[in-house]
Parts: sequence; C-alpha cells; structure tokens
Amino acid sequence: MLDHVLIAGARLLSGAVAFRHGFEFEPYAPRIYYANHSSHLDTLVLLGLIPDGQRRRVHPAAAKDYWWKTRPRRYIAERALNAVPVVRQVESHAEHPLRELEAALDRGDSLILFPEGTRGSGERVQPFKNGLHHLAAKHPSVNLVPVYIRNLNRVMPKGEWLPVPILCTVHFGAPFTVEPFPSRAEFLSHAQAQLEALSRQ
Amino acid sequence: MTLIRDPQFQILMAILLAVLVVSSLVGFALSRRVTTEKGKEVVANLNARIKAWWLMVAVFCVAVTIGPLGSVILFALVSFFALREYFAISATLHADHRVLLWLVFVILPANYLLVAIKWYGLFAVFIPVYAFIGLQTRAALSGVTEDFLSRTARIQWGMMVAIYFVSYIPALLMLDLPQGSGAGQNFKLMFFLVVVVQASDVLQYIVGKLFGRTPIAPHVSPNKTVEGFLGGVLLATALGAALSPATPFNPWQAAIMALLICLMGFVGGLAMSATKRDRGVKDFGAMLPGHGGMLDRIDSLCFAAPIFFHLTRYFFT
Repeated sequence: MLDHVLIAGARLLSGAVAFRHGFEFEPYAPRIYYANHSSHLDTLVLLGLIPDGQRRRVHPAAAKDYWWKTRPRRYIAERALNAVPVVRQVESHAEHPLRELEAALDRGDSLILFPEGTRGSGERVQPFKNGLHHLAAKHPSVNLVPVYIRNLNRVMPKGEWLPVPILCTVHFGAPFTVEPFPSRAEFLSHAQAQLEALSRQ
Repeated sequence: MTLIRDPQFQILMAILLAVLVVSSLVGFALSRRVTTEKGKEVVANLNARIKAWWLMVAVFCVAVTIGPLGSVILFALVSFFALREYFAISATLHADHRVLLWLVFVILPANYLLVAIKWYGLFAVFIPVYAFIGLQTRAALSGVTEDFLSRTARIQWGMMVAIYFVSYIPALLMLDLPQGSGAGQNFKLMFFLVVVVQASDVLQYIVGKLFGRTPIAPHVSPNKTVEGFLGGVLLATALGAALSPATPFNPWQAAIMALLICLMGFVGGLAMSATKRDRGVKDFGAMLPGHGGMLDRIDSLCFAAPIFFHLTRYFFT
C-alpha cells in the first residue's frame, strides 16, 4: 500500500517517462540497474518504471547507517521500497558490507544500485565506488543496466525536504556483463562511460 | 445538476460526441487506405490525437457537469501539469527551489481558491501584483545573484502562462451574465471559448494538411501555413457564430468574439512554439499521445482566455 502511494506521488511530481536505448524489461533476468543519484526520489521513480510483475524482485540498495537508523525510515526502506541494506562504515569484519546484496542476487533477484555512493548535485556523474564491480564479479552472468535519471535533482535537490513538480526522463541503456573486462578499473570506467553516454541522450 | 438537463447543453454534448465518432471513423478509414511510409506516420499520429481527444473531452465534460468546483479543480490540475513541463525546459538553480515551492503549493492553490469563491477583485491582481512581488522578494532573499534577472523572469513568465492565464478559463464561471441563454450559461460560455479555440487549432491543422503551401512563420513554426491559418480561423469563426444561441452574444457578436479568440489562439501557439524552438525541444511533454504535452495542447488557450474573459466582462456584464 505505502509503496503504491509513494510511487504514485513520485510519478505525479516527476511525470517520469522511460526511454529505452537497446534495453527490454521482458523477459525477466537478474539485473543490476545502476543509476546516477541526486535525489531521494530516484529510487521511487525507477521502481515506478519497472513493470508490476517484476517489481517485487527488484531491491534498491540503501545505506544501512541512514535508512535503518530510525523506525520510520526503516519502515519505508523495508516495507515500501523493498530495499536491502548496504553497510557504508564497516565496523567489524564479521559481516561483509555487501552481504545482503549478494544474497539477493543469489536468489535470482535484481538490484538497484547508486555506485556514486551518495547523492550528488546532479551536474555530473561522480566516480564510482568498487561495490558494483565486486557484485558483478561474483555474479558474472548478471546483466548490468545503466540508468540515467535526468532532472530529478531539480524536483528534490539534496538538502530539501519538499519536492516541486518538474518533468523527468529516465534513460535505460544496453545491458552488459562483467566478463569482457579483465580488470576492475576497466570495468568501472566502462560502466561509468555508459552512464555518461546516456546523460548526453 | 441543472446543467445536464439543459437542452442546449445536451445538444452541444451530442454534437461533440458526433464529431468524435466521425473523426474516429475517418481516422480508421484513412489507416486502411494509406500506403506510403510518410502517410502512415501522419495517419498514426492523427489517430493518436483523436484517441487523446476522446479522453480530454470526457475529462472536460465530467469536470464541467460536476459543477463549478469540478472545473476549478480540473484547471488547477492543468496548471500543475503545465508547470511541470514548463520548468523541465526552463533552467532554474537549486537556490530557486523555495521560490518554486511557493509558486506550486501556495500561489497556484490560492489563485484557484479565489476563482472558486468568485473574488474577482483579488483574483485579477493576486498574481500580477502580489505574487510577482512576493516571488521576486523570495528569490532575492535566497542570496544567489547568479543569472538573477533571467532566472526570475523565467519563473514569473511560467506563473503567468501556466497559472494566471489558464485560470481565466474557469474564471468565466464567476461572470455575472445577463439572463437569457438558459441554465448554466457560464458553463456554456466556457464551452464556447474552449471549443472554438480548440476547433480552430484542429481546423488549421486539417486545412493546412490538405491545402497548405505557403509557410506563415517558417522560422518559428515551419508546419503552420497561410492556407491552414485562414481556412481554420474562418471555419472556427463560423462555428462560433453557429454557437451563438448558447451564449450571451448575437450571431455577429459571437463571430467577432470567435475571430478574436482564434487570432489570440494563433499568436499564443506561435509564442509557445518560439519558446520550444529556443529550448531546442519539439514538444513540451508526452502526456497526451499525438499532441505532446499539456502545454502543447493548451498553448492557444493561454492567450485567448484572459482576452475573452475581459472582453466579455466589459461588454456583456
């Protein structure tokens, strides 16, 4: 229920239209959607564009130190967004920061990842963290889908708590896998270049 | 609910329905007959437009029959969607966020509230005086001077077009018309404006597609032609004259009013086309398949509505 309300609200404000550049949602396959991150609404808008039949299998990665800090946030993360936690500050080596994400991929589910690590100003794509490569390397068959979200940083910029309506577009790029890339650096620079190419669409 | 029982209103509805049915049939027949690639594209777009017209007419009629509040809410939503498109192509800075919040969540509802409670005196000056000063003050208080004049000008013009001008359509409901054309005459006046202006758009498009040769504004709107403009405006003017029994106007007055709002519709469309060309977009949005965005559909009404309102108010109330 709450998820539908939030997704509908994000849709009303953003009017988000999906543009697919060599990408199809059907049939379902385990994927990592990785996107630029400039607003809390990114996740909701992206979830709203994923077909209903697939949405339960798509888990946004959310920072544990932020989304699991207070009860309301945790409720939204778990119940509405269907999110899985990422540990940003590793305190003990007992738990791997990406453990829950790997578990989701093991189940054949998909992820939404913001490899820049945190929300940016929306002006340009920030350097990627290593997590995207770690997950892709452990699940070499999973498809990586670049997703560029335009204008959402203007709907609700970082630091603001109320959104304004501004039309957004979401560009899905062609999927690729980790295999052709011999090193982490090459994979990450390719992934980032794909996202930047979409930003010029 | 007296509006539904009004015979003139029923006739208008029946005519609208007939026009939609006929155009759908024509669209279907054309889709079976065209063979060229370009022709298919044009007909597919035509059919998408007709389909969207069904929806728009249905929403408009339902809102109108609900009563004054239905119309006010409908056009408040139209303003909301128009703003959403307008700001997507008009650059603003993070510093403008609070200004936009005021615009969308305070000024827009307040403006339509004034329409709903029929407070004409304040409605007429609320945006041009108070909101203009208020927004400029808030923008100055943000402390960011970069690009200040252009930023605020863009925001103010968006407010003017998408909220103030659009709200003149339901504002017709607050006019104190002389008795004469039966129940719900204010609704029928609103109907007259919307139907004549939209018919002028559609007829200009049809006549232009059939007979258009000479571009009328090649730099701004290459698809508009002199032939389409003259044919469409004349036919829509005749339509306006034919609708006169449902208005406070006699046939000649109705024709003159129709001609004026068609001309205003044309220049409104032209001004919005120039805006799109400046920003390098073909359409403002995609929420109305075949037509583009909300602003693409209402651009001609934006300039026609306030002029129509004030002429009617001055000469007929």
